[in-house]
Amino acid sequence: MLLTDEEKRMLEGQCGKGVMKAMELLVALGKAFDAERLIPVTRTHVALSGQEGDTYWCGLLADGGARCTVIPTTNPAWDVASLTKRYDVTAEELDLALRTVDVYRRIGAALTFCCTPGLGTNVPAFGEHVAFSESSATPYVNSILGARTNRESSVSALAAAVVGKTPLYGLHLDENRRGQFLVRVEAPLGEPYDWGLLGWYVGRFAGSRVPVLHMPHVGSRPSPESLLYLGAELNTSGAVPMYHIVGITPEAQTLEKAFGGSVPEAECVVTKRDLREQEDAVSEKGGRINLVMLGCPHYTYAQIREVERLMKGRHVRDGVAFWILTSYDALELASRSGERERLAELGVDLVADTCIDEPCWKSFEGGLGVTDSPKCAYYRERRGQPFVIRRLSGCVEAAVCGEAL
Amino acid sequence: MSGVERTYRCRCIVKGSGCGEAIVSREPMCFYLCDPETGTVIEKSHPLQGKSLAGKVLVLQSGKGSSVVQVDGFYQLWVKGTLPAAIIVRETEPVLVSSAVVVDAVMVDRLEADPFDVISDGDWVEVDADEQLVRVRAVQ
Repeated sequence: MLLTDEEKRMLEGQCGKGVMKAMELLVALGKAFDAERLIPVTRTHVALSGQEGDTYWCGLLADGGARCTVIPTTNPAWDVASLTKRYDVTAEELDLALRTVDVYRRIGAALTFCCTPGLGTNVPAFGEHVAFSESSATPYVNSILGARTNRESSVSALAAAVVGKTPLYGLHLDENRRGQFLVRVEAPLGEPYDWGLLGWYVGRFAGSRVPVLHMPHVGSRPSPESLLYLGAELNTSGAVPMYHIVGITPEAQTLEKAFGGSVPEAECVVTKRDLREQEDAVSEKGGRINLVMLGCPHYTYAQIREVERLMKGRHVRDGVAFWILTSYDALELASRSGERERLAELGVDLVADTCIDEPCWKSFEGGLGVTDSPKCAYYRERRGQPFVIRRLSGCVEAAVCGEAL
Repeated sequence: MSGVERTYRCRCIVKGSGCGEAIVSREPMCFYLCDPETGTVIEKSHPLQGKSLAGKVLVLQSGKGSSVVQVDGFYQLWVKGTLPAAIIVRETEPVLVSSAVVVDAVMVDRLEADPFDVISDGDWVEVDADEQLVRVRAVQ
């Protein structure tokens, strides 16, 4: 791999130990993927997680004197100030949360604590080279915005934010952005939930290949939320950092363009029945619930309004908590516009800066939850809470009657 | 330990060496869905569910899962000393590489033969990433 004199100095430790570690990681990645050189990035998003592994790495760089040169936005951990009033955590868990905020402040990140940067806080333009981690954000900026990022980890994105560069390989190159296999979607797709199920289904056999979704019957343009759900699930059941939808995504205006002149390796059809069977396979069986958890990825303002509409003024059943995890700007908008207060009266709480996969939710573990996100269920499983997965209207009905059907 | 020993060239991703009994995962893996105390895979319906990776040489199809949690998965296993002794990857993927670099988990790829053809569960495997060599002694 070709390094400039400045890059060599960084790698040798002449710019400090933190920069050296960041450079070591970028060079290892570059070598592993046969990158010729490093290229500058103009934006970064770091999937800060409030987990030890990630905080350890940020601390290693920050304590070694490194500071971000391309200021990253950050993923959520959890809102310590508001959630510690409601739920107990151990001293260690609280300490980790506070240390995480501290090291990311020190390294110079913009603490947005939001997992949907591409919807508002950090939006790259078509063709821009960036380094975005977060499994739902990576496919969104590649596929929908047409910016270029690899499937970064939190640690490689932070290294790119420090050095201001990333190795030139993978999805930064035209030839790797072409579709590899064709998915003919016959199943009807409506709300984000349907797109999420499709993503989970296709991700299972996609591996890390780029799927081209062909769905001529889907007349209107899917909402940003639907596209976000599709990518989040593709990149959770599989490792898909990019997809095309013929006629919708910017690099796939036609089927031919989506494949860049090459022939699909394989082709499959997804029917309504496939998605119904997928739904049964991924979800727990219904039963009494203690938690409704929405917002993986973070709910938008439009989705918060949709929850209020579906609640129809009814109250959440006693013994059930109903949380919507959202971005700081959507929370602010819902506070100003009245939805937050009205929902609170019905027993529906909003919180920003917070991920589903955090220790603040442990009092619900052992019980059954309901969510509209297979990704949420997948990560909560490790923490001992099984989830029933239902479309939003089903989640709301479960909240009202205390039981998921 | 009996059987013929064969040696294969490979490519180093993370330096170092390690040896142990082989455990083969034909499915991609998310290390976050392992119990850090024992290194046991806890992912529902994963082919290795209930088996431990600790101290073994893992032959792995690829990585999967959220970019965030893979790193923490590696970190937790590293802290508890339950990482595999070495990992032989069939299809390298960026999140997997980064995670291994952070905790210096020995990792190689591009074995000159398909690792699924030449390594089976229970074989004795020595991975020397520095010399870019993998030695396999098959269990009869």
